[in-house]
Amino acid sequence: MSEARGIFTLWKREMLRFVRERTRLVSSVVTPILWLVIFGTGLGMSLGRATGYNYQQFIFPGIIAQTLLFTAMFMGISVIWDKQFGFMKEILVAPVSRLSIFIGKMLGVGTSAIVQAIIVLALGFLIGIPLTIPMIAEALPMMVLIAIGLVCIGLIIASILNSLENFGAIVTFVNMPMFFLSGSLFPVATLPSWLKWVFYINPLTYDVDALRAITMGSSWKTIFPFWQIVMIIVVFDVVMIAIGSYLFARTK
Amino acid sequence: MTYMIEAQGLTKKFGSLTAVDNISFQVEKGEVFGLLGPNGAGKSTTLSMLCTILKPTSGTALVNGFDVAKNPSQVRKSIGIVFQDPSIDDKLTGRENMQMHGDLYGVPRDQLKSRIDDVLKLVELEDRADSYMSTYSGGMRRRLEIARSLIHYPKVLFLDEPTIGLDPQSRDHIWNYIRELIKTEDITVILTTHYMEEADKLCPRIAIIDHGTIVAMDTPKKLKEQLGGETITVKTKKNELFMEKIKEANIVKAIVIVNEEVKMTVDGAHSLLPSVINIAMQNGIFIESVSVQEPQLDDVFLHYTGRALRDTKGKELSPMARMRRH
Repeated sequence: MSEARGIFTLWKREMLRFVRERTRLVSSVVTPILWLVIFGTGLGMSLGRATGYNYQQFIFPGIIAQTLLFTAMFMGISVIWDKQFGFMKEILVAPVSRLSIFIGKMLGVGTSAIVQAIIVLALGFLIGIPLTIPMIAEALPMMVLIAIGLVCIGLIIASILNSLENFGAIVTFVNMPMFFLSGSLFPVATLPSWLKWVFYINPLTYDVDALRAITMGSSWKTIFPFWQIVMIIVVFDVVMIAIGSYLFARTK
Repeated sequence: MTYMIEAQGLTKKFGSLTAVDNISFQVEKGEVFGLLGPNGAGKSTTLSMLCTILKPTSGTALVNGFDVAKNPSQVRKSIGIVFQDPSIDDKLTGRENMQMHGDLYGVPRDQLKSRIDDVLKLVELEDRADSYMSTYSGGMRRRLEIARSLIHYPKVLFLDEPTIGLDPQSRDHIWNYIRELIKTEDITVILTTHYMEEADKLCPRIAIIDHGTIVAMDTPKKLKEQLGGETITVKTKKNELFMEKIKEANIVKAIVIVNEEVKMTVDGAHSLLPSVINIAMQNGIFIESVSVQEPQLDDVFLHYTGRALRDTKGKELSPMARMRRH
């Protein structure tokens, strides 16, 4: 009971911080619009036809995955801020287990990431994505599954690092490669095979693939059968939760 | 006698460095106990072990009867802590920070609101409770942290350098709040400090820590008495002659000339002062000034550690913490 109250409290804190960061909320709407409208239109005009799809609609699930990834990473890394500004101590000496602290943080960051992804999903009408109820009913649980794994990556990085000096390196070596090597901006199927394996070891590839199957319907052919993609995402989530909670339990 | 804290041979090593070396002490229920020492003496490390943040390398400690190594979660429920560095969430209001603390410690919901109001009143922050922490001054943050540490009715309160980095006026305020909470709460307080004045004013009993060991432990008064008496300082036109005459009279324990002043160590300075002045007048020595000084805790510290505490400057906060505290 008290553990549940602790988890809820930590979740609530993330929510309060989330709604108070106005600039992040605004940028979370502006960035995907820029990608979809400007980048989507520009690149779509020149090479979009080669994909065989409406290019804006093609990159749309990629942009949703990008929003989930970036929000999860940036907010997951806020644990480092908590450590550096001492707030983490207040939480760590409280009579709440480390596992609950991890879960509370994960749920808080996860909720924030999903809220932002829902905003992007809603923006789909701008580029002619049909926002039908069945589509949304499939997209939401999928975004939850995706968010869990990505948030854990952020929390794992944060529990390993102790200062924010490496923050730029994380963006360069984690966020950007994961995004560009995920098939968000071009189809994986037509790549040369030596490059393909890089995509196959990137968890975001499967996230994008699953979302694309949902937003584009039967016109999209997934890398593996859809249920296998979902299994890969679920297994990834479980592994990440295990590693993350283990590392959190050791936090000093 | 119930002890709220019993440390037995407490030791903490970081690699080859021994930060705390075989420390033992007891603190009675309701006591205010001070750990006094320069920076790096091992005060915070000792506190961290008692708070279950660090595991002792060897030795045991009981807090409220619970073993810090075997039963950390019971220890945590029994204690309140104010850390040396700030530990509040800037993006939240004062009340939200308090609320969160109450929830984390499982304070019954029906009591939480009135309890928060009570402790806010204690530190006179009830009017500012709904402002964001980022608008608080350094002193106000400290006060809120003190109030927050009391929400869950802790049996033992740890204050790690409670007034570090604060201006004299805020420091005075904090001291008043600490005195007030000792009166109103059923609580035992352990505080660390490197300010002599703070230990002298707040703690009926202190331990002086240096290089990870306790070098002296008693009431401030007894510690001062051990130094053997007060000092009479006299400035005259003829210091050498005066010193000779005083020596002949054989009424002081020690006498030296320091900075063109004659310093005498005596027992009962006030009753001895007339005779000292008489000796000067009988020998036609003109006295420019006289002062009597009781031993200071500073002198006690110097005596036990061979170093003056006042020389050690206040510990610099880390740049991040300083940024936060302004």
